Amino acid sequence: MTVQLAAPARPGPAGPLVRRLGELAQQPFLVLSWVVVLLVIGWAVAPGLFTSYGPNSGDTAASFAPPGAEHWFGTDRLGRDLFARTVYGAHTTLTATLLAVLVAFGIGTVLGLIAGFGGGLVDTAVMRVVDVFLAIPSLLLAMVVVSVLGYSTQNIALAVGISSIASFARVMRAQVLSVVTQDYVKAAYGLGGGRLRVLVRHIVPNSLNSVIALAALEVGTAVLAVASLGFLGYGAPPPQPEWGLLVAEGRDYVAVHPWASIMPGLALALVVIATHRISTSYRKEHHR
Amino acid sequence: MSDVLRYLALKVGRAVFVVWAAFTLTFVLLFVLPANPVDLLFDPAELNTITPKVREQVADSYGFNKPVLLQYLARLGHALTGDFGNSVQSGRGVTATIADVLPSTLVLASGALALALLVAFVIALVATSTRRAWVRNLVEALPSGAVSVPVFLSGILMLQIFSFQLGWFPAFGEGGARSLVLPVITLAIPVLGPIAQLLVRSFATEFRSGYVTTSWAKGATRSGIVVRDVFRNASLPALTIAGITFGNLIAGSVITETVFAREGIGRMTQAAINTLDVPLVQGIVVVVAATFAVINLIVDLIYPLLDPRLRASLAVGPPLAAGGGK
Repeated sequence: MTVQLAAPARPGPAGPLVRRLGELAQQPFLVLSWVVVLLVIGWAVAPGLFTSYGPNSGDTAASFAPPGAEHWFGTDRLGRDLFARTVYGAHTTLTATLLAVLVAFGIGTVLGLIAGFGGGLVDTAVMRVVDVFLAIPSLLLAMVVVSVLGYSTQNIALAVGISSIASFARVMRAQVLSVVTQDYVKAAYGLGGGRLRVLVRHIVPNSLNSVIALAALEVGTAVLAVASLGFLGYGAPPPQPEWGLLVAEGRDYVAVHPWASIMPGLALALVVIATHRISTSYRKEHHR
Repeated sequence: MSDVLRYLALKVGRAVFVVWAAFTLTFVLLFVLPANPVDLLFDPAELNTITPKVREQVADSYGFNKPVLLQYLARLGHALTGDFGNSVQSGRGVTATIADVLPSTLVLASGALALALLVAFVIALVATSTRRAWVRNLVEALPSGAVSVPVFLSGILMLQIFSFQLGWFPAFGEGGARSLVLPVITLAIPVLGPIAQLLVRSFATEFRSGYVTTSWAKGATRSGIVVRDVFRNASLPALTIAGITFGNLIAGSVITETVFAREGIGRMTQAAINTLDVPLVQGIVVVVAATFAVINLIVDLIYPLLDPRLRASLAVGPPLAAGGGK
């Protein structure tokens, strides 16, 4: 859908595009969600465009300034501009989120495909392993994995990804099982297609839709998980701006200077709400 | 009758398998994968000052010198009797350490669950019984908002508003019922989201069903139908996400207990991970997985009893296994 929003610059058939924009205009919250997500992606790609302050340069004379025209989110104990730290932190948090979703999507989809297409013993074996991963709450599993891998944002991403593999595997398996019984799959076999060919040309593409919808939903969940682990202190070491860590740093002064943790926290909540809104509309569109 | 027994055996077998596998998984993660598990038992800052001789002794006393399989079997054997070894930090038994903080978390979690259920039912009832579209849209947006707000943010906001600004509730500690209010609300928020979403959906489905049309025809009012017909039939599916709810409660309590500096399983987990207290971490994970398995087992066993339609299909010859049960 990003493509459609960016499309006016390019020449192309105007009819469907105008209709799409018309549909979008009727859903102001969806448009707003896209604005939030695109803005935050902008922060992650080119933070310098959005703030003139550096993430780590502070003026101790201006410590704990309240939010205002000069410092939108206020400043922290060292006088660092919190809006700048939030903008620069977007890169760390979003990269980790993306990596987490890719790990979960990649491994989960392959496992689900093996289980659903392999059937029999293979299916049973894979799904019992998935059961175990489902039995341990994902935050707990991610904490254990991160403690084994070592503390870093990259390892947080891996841990969050690993802890979400099971749900992807489940959805993919269910999809494969239902696609396999479809007439067009039987027809493809009937036309002399080999197992591998039918798998690649028909089963995988038709099974992926629900898994992609889940991935969209997982983005919001993964941002939350990454930030939670950062908040607990398992991510990047302190001078780095990471959203969960920003909230944790501000937390010590919450009684006197509440904005130091609330402003970055609100930014995080907005992003999660926006991604949830977008993934809901995606799901509705593809299950009409 | 043998069908029922087979169903029972299958479900119990799966529950036992999950707990065993959780034990094995954590054993591999915590005792086998780390290059040198002995190092994990010391404070990283003091690691260089420890002589090889001390290391040797520690490795010996924890059994790290024996072959991995023997270590595994020894630990599994002890775990079967409820013994997960001693906490590295405190030296006390893992089981006793967990049992100490369990009540505090149970109180917090059951309070939060009760509040979450209450709010979720109110959301579903309002969304179904209102005739105004904007009220319905607003109420239906609440659950996805509830799962979107990070627990640490809502906790900090609660502290800021109700404790520091208004001074209604104490900020930290475990001093009686008043100190429980803010943590319970904080933990209830992420838990109520999925429950409310499910209830809103199942209320809407039941509201369109045939027996509701019959009630309309017999002259029942909208609110009468929602309370008498829909409520009873649509509440049952909430049981199916008991496992997810439990996971949310555990994950939420880690953050909630940290924010409010409360004693409990969640905060102990964080401390155990921070200090790499390997036996304690393993004990917690296995206890949590076992609780999860038991909850799912209970739901699987009582659901057919509560829902006559499922009971009927079970008697006919059910789709016993979700997967390859042939």
